[in-house]
Amino acid sequence: MTELTNRERMKIPRQEMPTQDPEIRRTNYDEVALGFTPELAQQEADRCIQCKKPQCMEGCPVGVLIPEFIKALREGDIAGSIRAMKEKNNLPAICGRVCPQETQCEAMCVLGKKGKPVAIGRLERYIGDYELIHRTCPLERPESTGKRVAIIGTGPAGLTCAVDLGKAGHEVVMFESLHSPGGVLVYGIPEFRLPKSVVHAEIDYAAECLGIRVRTDAVIGRLYTIDELLNEEGFDAVFLGTGAGLPSFLRIPGINYNGVLSANEFLTRVNLMKGYRFPEYDTPVKVGQKVAVIGAGNVAMDAARCNLRLQALQEMEGAEVHIVYRRSPAEVPARAEEFHHAEEEGVIFDFLTNPVEIYGDENKVVSGMRCIRMELGEPDESGRRRPIPIAGSEFDMDVDMVIMALGTSPNPIVFADAGGLERSKWGTVVADEDTGRTTKPKTWAGGDVVTGAATVISAMGAGKRAAADIDGFLQGEIDPW
Amino acid sequence: MYKILGKKVLSDVNKLMVIEAPEIARKARAGQFVIVRTDEHGERIPLTIADYDRDAGTITIIFQEVGKSTMQMGTLEVGDELATFAGPLGHPTEIENFGTVVCVGGGVGIAPIYPIARALKEAGNTVISIIGARNKDLLFWEDKMRAVSDELIVCTDDGSYGRKALVTEPLKELLEQRQIDRVWAIGPAIMMKFCAATTEPFGVPTIVSLNTIMIDGTGMCGGCRVQLTEGAKFVCADGPEFDAHKVDWDLLLARQRFYLDEEKQAVEQWEHECKMEALT
Repeated sequence: MTELTNRERMKIPRQEMPTQDPEIRRTNYDEVALGFTPELAQQEADRCIQCKKPQCMEGCPVGVLIPEFIKALREGDIAGSIRAMKEKNNLPAICGRVCPQETQCEAMCVLGKKGKPVAIGRLERYIGDYELIHRTCPLERPESTGKRVAIIGTGPAGLTCAVDLGKAGHEVVMFESLHSPGGVLVYGIPEFRLPKSVVHAEIDYAAECLGIRVRTDAVIGRLYTIDELLNEEGFDAVFLGTGAGLPSFLRIPGINYNGVLSANEFLTRVNLMKGYRFPEYDTPVKVGQKVAVIGAGNVAMDAARCNLRLQALQEMEGAEVHIVYRRSPAEVPARAEEFHHAEEEGVIFDFLTNPVEIYGDENKVVSGMRCIRMELGEPDESGRRRPIPIAGSEFDMDVDMVIMALGTSPNPIVFADAGGLERSKWGTVVADEDTGRTTKPKTWAGGDVVTGAATVISAMGAGKRAAADIDGFLQGEIDPW
Repeated sequence: MYKILGKKVLSDVNKLMVIEAPEIARKARAGQFVIVRTDEHGERIPLTIADYDRDAGTITIIFQEVGKSTMQMGTLEVGDELATFAGPLGHPTEIENFGTVVCVGGGVGIAPIYPIARALKEAGNTVISIIGARNKDLLFWEDKMRAVSDELIVCTDDGSYGRKALVTEPLKELLEQRQIDRVWAIGPAIMMKFCAATTEPFGVPTIVSLNTIMIDGTGMCGGCRVQLTEGAKFVCADGPEFDAHKVDWDLLLARQRFYLDEEKQAVEQWEHECKMEALT
């Protein structure tokens, strides 16, 4: 085969990833995006022109060697491609599915200036999935350093930190409060977006290779405190990656009625507890006929799309799912693909609308919701235009279930008896952005517990930076405290 | 997995189990709870710790078979294992020498009131305990309660054992006759509601341990939230004990009933499966 010229490469259209038809997928729980075939992956990899100064890597929070992995793929060397990927990212099957590539690597791709960027995320997913089946380059466990690290939380930040420390030869024990590792990847993100089998396969693969111990049902703060881990249980360092698990509720009348629930509760019932398969699984999940999801982030989209599927599985008539958002489409914080998929599947968007009261019936079950129309004023501190209520514009919405997807804050349980650990007024842990060091000796933190609710990949980036610093500390190269 | 080391059938519906959980036993204190899941398909259910043995490394739980999950758990035997046993969760009971205290345990609520009465007794309080149930068969731990109480009043709704009365009747008499410094009441929500109503006119601080619907038990879902006069709280993370006089009991009772249809469906399915299994 003759080498393509850059001009020829740039003529290849961006390859679309096959997806389930919206009409069909809204009636099942299977993954929406089906992944590239080898042919599509080859075509897409061929589009990369291997820039001399690649911009794409600048957009990646963990610095994946994007040109290298695509070059190897282009040359048909999939093992080499995976090896290049694993230099920086050990969880490609997960990242390829949930990263907001359009604002990161793909946003920086030079091809995007005149046409469409290389589908880096889809290629990452392709090689990640391939590796889970074929295991071409297992992570190697070096000789033990004899140092022990406790990782609290098994979500994206903790997993990334654990794998990097394992690769450096440290003995790693992960503590998970729930019965299944993965954090938000398991309890929050739905099956149709990120199959749980993929999450478990990635975790098992890495843990097996590196001898990482994963302890479930271990609620740190109650079973052991951070001080006990450091002083009595023989750990040389602690990484705190417990995320932002505490849900927020609006402070409006009727907020505690039956049928008003946090997106966390709804998604946990559906995803972690597999409530969509009740009564085969024991945890029930209520399905509203007219559901309002408040908020428009990724979690709101997930909750809305789960509801659509539950309604369809029950063949419910006259069913509606609304996303009620106080700002306009331009401010929607969700990943573009999720917003798009939600629209395609039939979620109704009520923009510039804010709830002011929830009504309940004699059994204290939701029977309606009073809302007010909003307009956008001057930009606020977040840079987005501030929504302002329009006086006298109140109206009633006919709903029987309200799901709050308004963001989350760190769960305080883990901070019990963690003397010296400074936190902000929002409850987040104060940690250095570059190193993850907290104000407490031998304790690092990263991910949502530091930033408040953000993305999977930014948490992974923080886990990675902390791992490098912890490694330096354990090797005796630095002593930050 | 968490091994069942002991099992005792207290009545047709009440079962006691001793679970191997040395790390939890090391830390457990009166008033805390665990989250239990029977198998990989199971629900996460909160159960207040009935007793703990730090030396043996065990936690004792007592549960009433009210739904599919507890019925299924009731079929497990010594040597079987539970899929999940996480804890100790929630805040421990605030224990100090208050003076004279009353500990009320109704039905399966006798189990969690026991370690609280014991701790209060150890702290120097004069402990008067009231235990009650619908009938004699549903009573248990009379001897254990007697051992940690200065006085014990036993009553049944139908008079089949002890005094024929609801627990609120002797409670009211005690409040009228003596100086009572604090009351704990644990049992069905409706019992706790009426205990709260009984003590309120006397202005005696009253603590209840709420058993709401939960999933994670660590503050993540908010399904357990309870409306207090000062605002909503999470039973799992802020409780499980609260000032009884501040609880919106009617909302609490309504929230406990929300999944009644699903619970009924699960029980029917379970009973059907059991019958089918018996046939094969």
